[in-house]
Amino acid sequence: MFRQWFHRWGSPPWFYRMSGTLLPWLSVVAAGLIATGTVWGLAFAPEDARQGNSFRIIYLHVPASFLALAGYYLMALAGCIGLVWRMKLAFWAVRAAAPIGAALTFIALVTGSIWGKPTWGTWWEWDARITSMLILFFLYLGVMALASAYQNSDSGNRAASILAIVGMVNIPIIYKSVDWWNTLHQGASLKLTSAPTIHGSMLYPLLIMIAGFYLLYAVLLLLNLRCEILSNERHSRWLQDFLGDKR
Amino acid sequence: MYFASFADLIAMNGHGIYVWSAYAIGYAVLAALIIQPLARHAALSRQIRQQQDED
Repeated sequence: MFRQWFHRWGSPPWFYRMSGTLLPWLSVVAAGLIATGTVWGLAFAPEDARQGNSFRIIYLHVPASFLALAGYYLMALAGCIGLVWRMKLAFWAVRAAAPIGAALTFIALVTGSIWGKPTWGTWWEWDARITSMLILFFLYLGVMALASAYQNSDSGNRAASILAIVGMVNIPIIYKSVDWWNTLHQGASLKLTSAPTIHGSMLYPLLIMIAGFYLLYAVLLLLNLRCEILSNERHSRWLQDFLGDKR
Repeated sequence: MYFASFADLIAMNGHGIYVWSAYAIGYAVLAALIIQPLARHAALSRQIRQQQDED
């Protein structure tokens, strides 16, 4: 059962067709959640007692940061699968995930910096959380650079996957940074192991945004993977037939 | 709405500039993330079809 599932999702023709069917639905739900969460967070949620309205940046900053990290897990896992089972689609997933992760990390850093100005009085501080997120950004850029650094795309795939896996050491550091070094960045507002530290009226739009960002991430990953499939399988029969039928 | 007026929503008690610029930059990046693969997909399918026609 698992084997069959694994083989199906690993097959480019099947993946290409399946993702084409899924994408419109995923996109509509993602757009609906993000639009709802944004309007709710910006206009309807109450302001924070200490930070005032600047805290509204949380509705963009936290979802982007979550997905920047979740995307890294996914990229490293895809790299593992690619290296162990030599699955082409897994390597393409590494290539697809890297620019999305870099952009989300960039959003997390920029929104954090803008939030820092009115809250801490500074745009930037070499705080542990901020520095480890900056390292995450460079890891994503490194994976992108390695993937395209070789003439032979197999070498690029392997090198990028190895860097993705090695970079996993940074992930627990990011999570624990606010506990290990109690410097500037505030502690987590959401934890799996305990009740959230923010009130429901502020929490619901945040949860909606996080759900929306997970779906948006799926949409972006599928879009990029479909491009990788087109670019790598351009000479294969199934793709030519598929595109031929579509006109 | 939490704010008394639309002008209050824009001003956000002085924090408007921070909040709105953060959202503007963030959503501009997200828009680019969506447009880039769509454009690449369209260009690649066009190339592949052209190649087919030449064959």
